[in-house]
Amino acid sequence: MDTGDTAWVLTSTALVLFMTPGLAFFYGGMVRSKNVLGMLMQNFFAMGLMGVLWAAVVFSLAFGDAGNAGFIGNFDYLWLKDVGIGASSNEFLSTLTIPFVLFAAYQMTFAIITPALITGATADRLKFSAYAVFIGFWLVLAYGPMAHMVFGGGWLADMGALDFAGGAVVHMNAGAAALALVILLGVRKGYPDEPMPPHNLPFTILGTGILWFGWAGFNAGSALAANGVAAQAIMNTFLAASAAMLGWLLVEKIKDGHATTLGGASGAVAGLVAITPCAGFVGGMAGVYIGFATGIICYLALGIKKRFKLDDSLDVIAVHLVGGLVGSILLGLFADSSINALVTNEGTFLGGGTDLLVDQIVASVVTIVFSFVVSIIIGKVIDLVIGLRVDEAGEDTGLDLTLHAETAYS
Amino acid sequence: MKLITAIIKPFKLDAVKNALREAGVQGMTVGEVQGFGRQAGHTEVYRGAEYEVDFVPKVRLDIVVEETEVDRVVDVIVGEAKTDKIGDGKIWVTAVERIVRIRTGELDGDAL
Repeated sequence: MDTGDTAWVLTSTALVLFMTPGLAFFYGGMVRSKNVLGMLMQNFFAMGLMGVLWAAVVFSLAFGDAGNAGFIGNFDYLWLKDVGIGASSNEFLSTLTIPFVLFAAYQMTFAIITPALITGATADRLKFSAYAVFIGFWLVLAYGPMAHMVFGGGWLADMGALDFAGGAVVHMNAGAAALALVILLGVRKGYPDEPMPPHNLPFTILGTGILWFGWAGFNAGSALAANGVAAQAIMNTFLAASAAMLGWLLVEKIKDGHATTLGGASGAVAGLVAITPCAGFVGGMAGVYIGFATGIICYLALGIKKRFKLDDSLDVIAVHLVGGLVGSILLGLFADSSINALVTNEGTFLGGGTDLLVDQIVASVVTIVFSFVVSIIIGKVIDLVIGLRVDEAGEDTGLDLTLHAETAYS
Repeated sequence: MKLITAIIKPFKLDAVKNALREAGVQGMTVGEVQGFGRQAGHTEVYRGAEYEVDFVPKVRLDIVVEETEVDRVVDVIVGEAKTDKIGDGKIWVTAVERIVRIRTGELDGDAL
């Protein structure tokens, strides 16, 4: 047990929790004014349901029998049994120098924000009830197994794939779920003929700032210690966001003629997403290279939804699915064993050959396919039982009044 | 010249605007308004306290056209704004005595 490590992870837990209201404002600014409360509510609600479910069941599914190189954990920690203020008795987790209950709390904040990321894709039409049921089942069936396979010493980690803070578990996982739900839901009424511009971009910039700030806890906190890896992770995180903003704005200026506030915000978030798997595994200027490439690639990925006529309303696929994928694959090029001893195969650019790169690609494909299949099954069942979409009149009126009997601006 | 004032459902604005443009209407003034007619308001709930909101959000369009155009423009608005449900709105037409284009001082028909 180390007081310095404990202090830092306590702080990081608070930082990551703050990202979810940040995300709410990031997305809330982008929807139309009649749907802003619906968006804020879906994000905020994740702090309710996901928190309780995590403690009750999903922490155990993710970290029970950690290190078993398997697909899922067990029920050892159900209802927070044996999750105490001391160290874990599990061998894989026994290297932690923080209270086991703090580890559970820290991981809980990840379980809260991950399903909330999906809401950007389903904006303006997904029923609140359907959302609540979806994220409940999704946390158990998609997030729990993914967290185990990667963070809990499951088979993807055992295979050699690296994911420092959740490029696969959080971002590709949520991105693939977003893709599944967008396919099931169909487009917003009036899309793409009717313009649906963001109603409050200052909210979006505010949300981006909160996300950027909170991401320090997300990535540097994932060192689970106050050490050099955490220091490297915070530097990489901030550099990637900075460079990705520049990359996005540069392409935007060239292609669309203007550098926009929404573009700057989107670029920064894309960079934060891409550096997430890499944060504690790369050094030097790698954060800048990864961020800059991501800013450009994610901007270009906006074309995917037009090409396939998908109404991924706030671009969760372009930012999180593609951003997470780019980061995970680039880690196969930049991973550096001098930064982190967990890097056993170095990246291609550091002379490590292509072993890690192949592992990263395999893990990414597995993550996307697994999450997509689970999500489309849960979504389809919910659609058949209670319906995913609000009715047409409700969509015209807006989610705020229809689902919550409130209006944001009166 | 006549002033056509239309109160329509907010989400119909783009469809009505596009149809009017295609019909040759050169300009319009639009505002977000609230009001009530036969359509009832709605109830909002804040921490259990219910509020009756009688005024329903609508969009108001003001369009000035030559007299010969009035029937056609009204028909276009009716055609696009109609949903057959209560609250589709109303249109009224009033006489306009004079129009001035501020920049040039042109009057009436020339100012349209």
